[in-house]
Amino acid sequence: MDFTSPAGPNPIDRQIAVGRATSRVDGPLKVTGTAPYAYERHDVAPRQAYGYVVGSSIAKGRVTGIDTAAAKAAPGVVGIITTLDYKPAEPPARQAANLFGGDEISHYHQAVALVVAETFEQARAAAQLVDVRYDKSAGRFDLAAEAAAAKPAVDINEGEDAKIYDRLGDFDAAFAAAPVQVDASYTTPHQTHAMIEPHASIAAWQDGKLTVWTSTQMVGWTRTGLAKILGLPEPDVRIVSPFIGGGFGGKLYLRADALLAAYAAKALDRPVKVTLQRPLIINNGTHRSATIQRIRLGAGRDGRLTAIGHVGVSGNLPGGAPEAAVAPTKLLYAAPNRDMYLTLAELDLGEANDMRAPGEAPGLMALEMAMDELAEKLGMDPVELRILNDTQTDPRDPNRTFSERHLVECLRTGAERFGWSRRNPKPGSVRDGKWLVGMGVAAGIRLNLLMPSAARIRLETDGTLTVETDMTDIGTGSYTILAQTAAEMMGVPVEAVTVRLGDSAFPKAAGSGGQWGANNATSGLYAACVKLREAVATTFGMRGNDVDFSGGMVTAGGRSVPLAEAARAGPLVGQDGIAYGDLDKTYVQATFAGQFAEVGVDGFTGEVRMRRMLQVVDAGRVLNPLTARSQVIGAMTMGVGGALMEALAVDPRYGLFINHDLGGYEVPVHADIPHQEVIILDYPDPVSSPMKAKGIGEIGLCGAAAAVANAVYNATGVRVRDYPITLDRHLDHLPTVS
Amino acid sequence: MKPFTYERAKSPAEAVQAVTSTPGARFIAGGTNLLDLMKLQIDAPTHLVDVRGLPFTTIEDTQDGGLRIGALVTNTDLASHPRVKRDYGVLSRAIVAGATGQLRNKATTGGNLLQRNRCPYFYNTDMPCNKRRPGSGCAALEGVSRSLAVIGTSDNCIAQNPGDMAVALRLLDADIEVLGPSGRTHTLPISEFHRLPGDTPERDFALGNGELITGVKLPPPLGGTHHYHKVRDRASYAFAIVSVAAVLQKDGSGRVAFGSVAPKPWRVQEAEALLPQGPSAVTDRAFQDARPTNDNRFKIALAERTLALVIDEGRR
Repeated sequence: MDFTSPAGPNPIDRQIAVGRATSRVDGPLKVTGTAPYAYERHDVAPRQAYGYVVGSSIAKGRVTGIDTAAAKAAPGVVGIITTLDYKPAEPPARQAANLFGGDEISHYHQAVALVVAETFEQARAAAQLVDVRYDKSAGRFDLAAEAAAAKPAVDINEGEDAKIYDRLGDFDAAFAAAPVQVDASYTTPHQTHAMIEPHASIAAWQDGKLTVWTSTQMVGWTRTGLAKILGLPEPDVRIVSPFIGGGFGGKLYLRADALLAAYAAKALDRPVKVTLQRPLIINNGTHRSATIQRIRLGAGRDGRLTAIGHVGVSGNLPGGAPEAAVAPTKLLYAAPNRDMYLTLAELDLGEANDMRAPGEAPGLMALEMAMDELAEKLGMDPVELRILNDTQTDPRDPNRTFSERHLVECLRTGAERFGWSRRNPKPGSVRDGKWLVGMGVAAGIRLNLLMPSAARIRLETDGTLTVETDMTDIGTGSYTILAQTAAEMMGVPVEAVTVRLGDSAFPKAAGSGGQWGANNATSGLYAACVKLREAVATTFGMRGNDVDFSGGMVTAGGRSVPLAEAARAGPLVGQDGIAYGDLDKTYVQATFAGQFAEVGVDGFTGEVRMRRMLQVVDAGRVLNPLTARSQVIGAMTMGVGGALMEALAVDPRYGLFINHDLGGYEVPVHADIPHQEVIILDYPDPVSSPMKAKGIGEIGLCGAAAAVANAVYNATGVRVRDYPITLDRHLDHLPTVS
Repeated sequence: MKPFTYERAKSPAEAVQAVTSTPGARFIAGGTNLLDLMKLQIDAPTHLVDVRGLPFTTIEDTQDGGLRIGALVTNTDLASHPRVKRDYGVLSRAIVAGATGQLRNKATTGGNLLQRNRCPYFYNTDMPCNKRRPGSGCAALEGVSRSLAVIGTSDNCIAQNPGDMAVALRLLDADIEVLGPSGRTHTLPISEFHRLPGDTPERDFALGNGELITGVKLPPPLGGTHHYHKVRDRASYAFAIVSVAAVLQKDGSGRVAFGSVAPKPWRVQEAEALLPQGPSAVTDRAFQDARPTNDNRFKIALAERTLALVIDEGRR
């Protein structure tokens, strides 16, 4: 189905199944521990051996030799493959790191060997006996030190134009002339995704063909990447990933677990399973790069922005992409003079790549703090400042409007529901016992990305429906919203639909990432359902357009037939996909959030603790209020982590993230999270897709950390521009206590 | 983890004998720290002697009005014991401030006392660390050291004792009962139980090979108000940045000990004598020999402010 003009009325508008709060259809499997995750697929291949990854102990240099004799002689060892046995792996599209092969070390914990044994414990013990010799060389590990040498970089989501895309008007003159200015630098640290399930893969070869049971957000990307490195035609590689224990962008890309399992299974002629140990997830996997951002805002005394400058530098391996921190700034506020660009420094810290709301998350941590600073300089309410500078068109092209944009309503509704009027604008002035109390606000924006997506739906002879697509469910609710979509389109209860996901043998879907999964995958299924409806109508001799599917019946021209009748002679199949025209070029498609936070700062110790959070979201049609809300509260929680505690600590002498486990890299626990309220505005967006939905997986994070940070400032009067805001950042500036 | 053999000890004497006579043998109880160290091969015992079947599971009143705690009493049971809650509130509060419910269910009184000092470089076997590999150097001195010790350190090691329970026990002047290879039990004041790193940072405790903790004795209750305040980056399941244990009396006197600032629970009696003069007098004295890094210098001010909080609580 080609989606080239805005959607008209369609069966989804009925909202009998779609839009209803529906518990996760995969929930019982999850809570009973019976959803099989990749590492637990003991059933899929006999004689699985266990691989343990040996990571490089140096960050930069060459491997001069590997002695595996002692390890090979250890109990249970089946075999060992080393990086010297293979050619360097050409990084797949959108990736930068060599996952395995060759003698060159380009980052700490780069995989240098895989020890394979009969048990995990034997492999782990033997791995300690692998003796790797190195010739070490100097590396670049400190973003601040390398920033000066950083070069202009392209945001790969916007292509070559990104370098110069948002230089508009005469920024320098307008900023210089602005009566009210903010000019400040902000830093965000390196972050790790910290999903619970580690990267894990089981690889098995048969007749020259490879099957990999793995944990990936993108079945198609993983297959393409793996096939290319292995020199196989894509049809000879099958990827299976039905259940994924979180990803947050860390599982968008082919990683070393899958490649090493495939190599070792081939070399040893038996199935091999590999998981990345947690330290390797952090130093061998991908991470979100730190950023240093300079923001300059120029405004009139009325608060109207006249100039917006935003420059962001991040780091990556050579060939990697930048953290596109300026992305949200391009579209959030109006101003005729703009100067926004990215630079990228080469760092030898492993691959920086997408993490939930890439670009927007760190970009808004800076921009929305700068807006708070501007509001204070203006003596203006920060909610009103944002509303005043709202834009309904792309600031770069006044003819290009937003398809739907209700940021102002997000902010107004949020302010009212949160009791924003009770905020004391004078920082450091509200006390509750020992607590310094503050409230903060931020706006959020995140693009709605369109990706082709296909699905198959089969009407079985018993009248039930089976949906098959290589779409993934990374804990988000894909199974459930796809079941709801099929139920709505075919007029059956959700319970009549079985959804099968995550197998490259199924039609290729959008996958999960960039908050594009829900809208695109359901739209692909919508297209498949249209095909099945046509097939059913043809079977019944009904005319296509006037046929109604509801309550398990198919009705046209006064005749009603049970849907199941259509499959009496055998299953009926509908298969199709959604393909998009240029509606995302004609219109800006985006999602919006108003973020509100209240914190208490311990007046003695400086510890920051959340008191309340509220978010109002504008993200098109809500497919399932339960799973949508879960996405938003999870993102708000991640925002708290980013604001207050999450940071990978670089030791530039050794070139690694030293806090490379979940004891050293703290993410929020239950006790950190207070009452969270979510209000989702319901503005179906017919420009987006036939579902009229948009992404909701990432918008919840956009601005969340800045709202917390602004609340901390309102509580203490101490402006901390370096994230995370741990107590040592402001302790010296808090009121004296003794 | 290296392969190891395992046995369950049937008596205390047998346990001690097994460890003494087997090179590379270690006791194991809850295993909440030892197993982590074994998986990373920071510790690689050849033989484990499981002491969980030994009769050290009770909490009993002592004749002098104190309390004797069996070494195998779990953190959960100790923290919730009625007499501990009533008479030794600082201990109960310190324990529940530590780890998680699941870990406290496994961790024992003796084992918790023996948790190793912490440092990110100790836990990364690619890095130099004198505690893990004597003579290899200390990567933390010039490295990432925000969480590490500010006092009691040496040029060889700045790892901090991260415990909570031990800080309260130090405050209470607990005695550690130790069964030795000779078959005799002796007591070790907790002030002498933890070692400072000096030139031998590989040894955290003043215990000899085969010496088994059998119990902990608390002196009679101190009265006063009991406080344990743990400062951390997140609200639960995190090691302290600084913790303060205190028992404060109505006349302004009292006791105070600091956690996560030194290689052992940090209590300076000359400093706590200055409590009536206020928190800065106490911390100025307690930290007068501090040698912080740029990363962790803030801990000294934080200790003062946290003590001020505790004193403020005591006045309410």
